[in-house]
Amino acid sequence: MSEIVVDGDPLPFVEGQTVAAALVAAGRVAWRTTRVGRRPRGVFCGIGVCFDCLVAVDGTGGQRACLVPARPGMTVTTREDDDE
Amino acid sequence: MSEPADLVVVGAGPAGMAATAAALAGGLRVVLVDSGTALGGQYWRHPPEHARAAVRTDDLHHGLRAYRALCRVLTAHRAAGRLDLRLEHHAWSAVREGDGFAVHVVDRRAAPRETAGVLRTPRLLVATGAYDRQLPFPGWDLPGVLTAGGLQALLKGGGVAAGTRVALGGTGPFLLPVAAGLAARGVEVVAVCEAAHPSAWLRRPGPLLRNPAKWAEGAGYAAALARHRVPVYPRTAIVAAEGGERLTSVRIASLTPDGRPRPGTERRVEVDTVGVGWGFAPQLDLLVPLGCALADSADGNAVAAVDAGQRTTVPGLYTAGETCGVGGAALAVNEGRLAAQSVLTDSAAGAGHGGMNGRLAAVRSAVARQRAFARAMPLAHPIPPAWSSWLTDETVVCRCEEVTAGAVRTARADGAHDHRQVKQLTRAGMGWCQGRMCGPAVHCLTARERAYEPAERLVATPVTLGALADLDEGTPPRTTTTPQAPTTTEAPPTPQAPTTSPAPTVNGATDKECS
Repeated sequence: MSEIVVDGDPLPFVEGQTVAAALVAAGRVAWRTTRVGRRPRGVFCGIGVCFDCLVAVDGTGGQRACLVPARPGMTVTTREDDDE
Repeated sequence: MSEPADLVVVGAGPAGMAATAAALAGGLRVVLVDSGTALGGQYWRHPPEHARAAVRTDDLHHGLRAYRALCRVLTAHRAAGRLDLRLEHHAWSAVREGDGFAVHVVDRRAAPRETAGVLRTPRLLVATGAYDRQLPFPGWDLPGVLTAGGLQALLKGGGVAAGTRVALGGTGPFLLPVAAGLAARGVEVVAVCEAAHPSAWLRRPGPLLRNPAKWAEGAGYAAALARHRVPVYPRTAIVAAEGGERLTSVRIASLTPDGRPRPGTERRVEVDTVGVGWGFAPQLDLLVPLGCALADSADGNAVAAVDAGQRTTVPGLYTAGETCGVGGAALAVNEGRLAAQSVLTDSAAGAGHGGMNGRLAAVRSAVARQRAFARAMPLAHPIPPAWSSWLTDETVVCRCEEVTAGAVRTARADGAHDHRQVKQLTRAGMGWCQGRMCGPAVHCLTARERAYEPAERLVATPVTLGALADLDEGTPPRTTTTPQAPTTTEAPPTPQAPTTSPAPTVNGATDKECS
């Protein structure tokens, strides 16, 4: 099984899964907090419409985890205030 | 492909695939664009070709024979160089240009790197489908609450079953395959809460009787749910989700006929995941800025107005599938065929080619029958009129800008009478998703007597300024800007060197109404 690196830690994924699918498969449901209410957020619509699941991928922010296919060695950064 | 395309199709779901296949059969050269990693759209969502051995999802699908037949046709035409398939390409804008259209896309095969491109075409067919329509309820923004379509996408696209104890809620037959799919993967589906009552279908049996395939499909899901002992509760809703950092339980209540919770029926059920959906909202982002007229659909959505041949009111612009009225995959396939036939009829390039030969009458008759079913659907599965009685003033309505129901109600009291005015007063609909999630709900809270018309979004999906700056406008109007090898199995994209800083992004913030 291949791995991506999420906030410095390896996370396994099955080829073909998105970053969000890999996170959910690992039991993660939230990886971001909102700007105003500091509310935890993860995947909601799963098809790229709601923008709840935003992460940084290989240093580029604002990426929808539910759309980006996981690739071996990809670095994913979840951080607060991603929606700013 | 070295010659210009005769047709660009945006969306490779059932409608777009069928339209592309029919247009190719009629002799046209086609570019088919889709943001996904595989053909199929949402309904036939699949893992990318190279991953299908590792992620098995065939048993979760309905109508796979039709999908595979379309895949075979498209693959053959791709190998022959007549189809230019652009997967992982996001169409973010389409504009009139001369007698045709310029479709602006970003190639995200090496995401997060983006490469912008323009596809020029005399005719454009938009088959962008729909997404789950949502109604807010207390706690719906807790992690662990997903759309029903989101659960389905994780399952069909990635082989991932979210959660171990799941409740589903909302209305419409789509909840059934989601429940059946989760149960088939060992998830305990503790409740399917259907706000409508099946007796609503008995009052209008005609459309159901004339569409035996729908009846059979529903019966198949019902049998699967019975086998897995999944309880389906009619006239019941998930009226609240509870938990701290994540969902731990839901409150389920029986509903009165207008949708209020029946006093004394509310009960708490422990779950770790919820899926909700209230029908679908058509994805009109490319169509609205092109100026095509909209029509009211019985389900409360505004949809693209089309003639009997799927032509919009904009010359050269066609649409098929959920964009002109939510009706399901079988209808979408047939509408795609009709749209392609119109493109052939209207194109000099297609003159003389009978793409569908004698089958046209049969397709038209099927469309009429399937549309009757689609019209009956929202009558049997309406949004409960009193759904807003579930909201507290603290309930978040706009997930992006965290605007509460109380703030929306205050705006309404201050005179806001549609979702656009609420947006100006509260920022509801002004965040990342540009009102795609909260728009229908804010509309229902302010102006439910009219159909919901989404805001005009000039940018359909975010695109980096860097990608636009690198766009080579000198590219000739060919379909060869970034050719993909005509093979059936996509090689995984080559990883790109990481960029060092977040790229500035244009998102829908250029929306006319808030700029």
